[in-house]
Amino acid sequence: MTELNKLGLAEARDALRAGDVTSVELTEACLGAIEGAGALNAFVHHTPEIAADQARAADARIKAGDAPAMCGLPIGIKDLFCTKGVPSQAGSRILEGFLPEYESTVSGNLLEAGAVMLGKLNMDEFAMGSSNETSVYGNAVNPWKVDDRALTPGGSSGGSAAAVAADLCLAATGTDTGGSIRQPAALTGITGIKPTYGRCSRWGIVAFASSLDQAGPMTKSVRDAAIMLETMCGHDPKDSTSADLPVPDFEAMLTGDIKGKKIGIPAEYRMDGMPDEIEMLWTQGAEMLRDAGAEIVDITLPHTKYALPAYYVVAPAEASSNLARYDGVRYGHRARLDQGDGITEMYEKTRAEGFGDEVKRRVMIGTYVLSAGFYDAYYNRARKVRTLIKKDFEDVFAQGIEAILTPATPSAAFGLGEAWDDPVQMYLNDVFTVTVNMAGLPGIAVPAGLDAQGLPLGLQLIGRPWEEGDLLNTAYALEARAGFVAKPGKWW
Amino acid sequence: MSIDESTAARVAKLARIKVAPEQLPALASEFNTILGFIEQLSEVDVEGVEPMTSVTPQRLKRRADAVTDGSQQAAVLANAPDAREGFFAVPKVVE
Repeated sequence: MTELNKLGLAEARDALRAGDVTSVELTEACLGAIEGAGALNAFVHHTPEIAADQARAADARIKAGDAPAMCGLPIGIKDLFCTKGVPSQAGSRILEGFLPEYESTVSGNLLEAGAVMLGKLNMDEFAMGSSNETSVYGNAVNPWKVDDRALTPGGSSGGSAAAVAADLCLAATGTDTGGSIRQPAALTGITGIKPTYGRCSRWGIVAFASSLDQAGPMTKSVRDAAIMLETMCGHDPKDSTSADLPVPDFEAMLTGDIKGKKIGIPAEYRMDGMPDEIEMLWTQGAEMLRDAGAEIVDITLPHTKYALPAYYVVAPAEASSNLARYDGVRYGHRARLDQGDGITEMYEKTRAEGFGDEVKRRVMIGTYVLSAGFYDAYYNRARKVRTLIKKDFEDVFAQGIEAILTPATPSAAFGLGEAWDDPVQMYLNDVFTVTVNMAGLPGIAVPAGLDAQGLPLGLQLIGRPWEEGDLLNTAYALEARAGFVAKPGKWW
Repeated sequence: MSIDESTAARVAKLARIKVAPEQLPALASEFNTILGFIEQLSEVDVEGVEPMTSVTPQRLKRRADAVTDGSQQAAVLANAPDAREGFFAVPKVVE
């Protein structure tokens, strides 16, 4: 057998159930890999004792014939998820020292299903970023490398992406507000799915933009994504937007049969200045799906170009409201006060010290677009544009389109420190993914090829609401034909 | 639309984030870059379009109006930077 940390969820699960391997062995292999991967800065809080206990408990469950879906499988958890008694900082200084008294519903679902938590994963502060560079822990590093430059693993779930791509864990949780699962997955050659808004409970996940945030799995294959997503999903009375709908057996829906399925290719995703390699990969992806029996249809989503500017009104507005809770009173950092400072100085100094530059920028933009006199011009207009973006998708689905194929990112992984000339340049990373959040749809990034330098590139499939099973099956057919097996060479 | 330093200072005040006066020009310029990008939205015809309130057309679930949680004072205060005698402590608010 290969090194155990290199297994995916499905292989490891089958080996555990067959008695060929124990969870303790799998967990030790991952902890060893994590130990040797400090240079990637992916794991920022290590929980080896918790992992060892959970692995022993999982082995006992498996022995007793009680092996739920994730039983004994070692995974990493994004720092955005509150984990009971384990630091949960959302990559921010303002939550330094915060030890949640409760477990987020999604991580709780995974632990209940027997998963083993190896530790917490690096991310952009409050999930605001596309390169993992806004983290208080310093950036995570992409295990893929082609020259002496250190490359970004993407963001905001950059630690999750780096950890899965470098085989430090079998899979990881991510969250996606504008592309934060799919963009890093694409830049590191792994699979990541954002489900329909409402599929996963947001309870206990540090809030960024509540109408857009969704959790999802980041994995080594589409099958693994199906297994893990099913465990993460489900109705939760503690999140009023969580959908009370049955969760299908996603793995059982992976037949690979997509004959006659209508897949749309949206004209508006062909951007000016898009690298030829991305365009070529997209065409090849369409060919692969046609080869699998799907019907490829040209479609139009006319409001695509307005999704990103509308997002940069809606998301900061919601963030400005959500992040108002960080006041230095109830949890986290409080600034040292000078003689005579009152409560306003306490708020202002605490937030100035606790938030990083990008978070401050977005909170203030949000405050501005919600302020008297600008609310209608910015916030209400953006919400109207959001209605139009969603309608674009509804129109093509009404025409019988069952999935939409697009590139996942406008480029391969870029060098750390290369994209910060102005904030808008960084925001463009999410140009293909953000529409999906604005419309509340499920989207999946599948690794589909390498660029000329040898860096991974991904394709995105967008599905109809609540049809994650069907979407995963289309992704499964694409994965089979793309045959992406490349792994980063170990340099760390 | 252009944001000057005094507007930037006002926004920082509203957001309760302390910004040093010497940082205001750079902040105002970043705001202008971002708002310039957002400005594209004015091209869209939104006449008669309803602003989105919920991305999924579901009715919020109802439940019985009953106490389902509480009596967790220690857990609530466990992470407070300053908790005294069962309360959160803050600098003097009332003169």
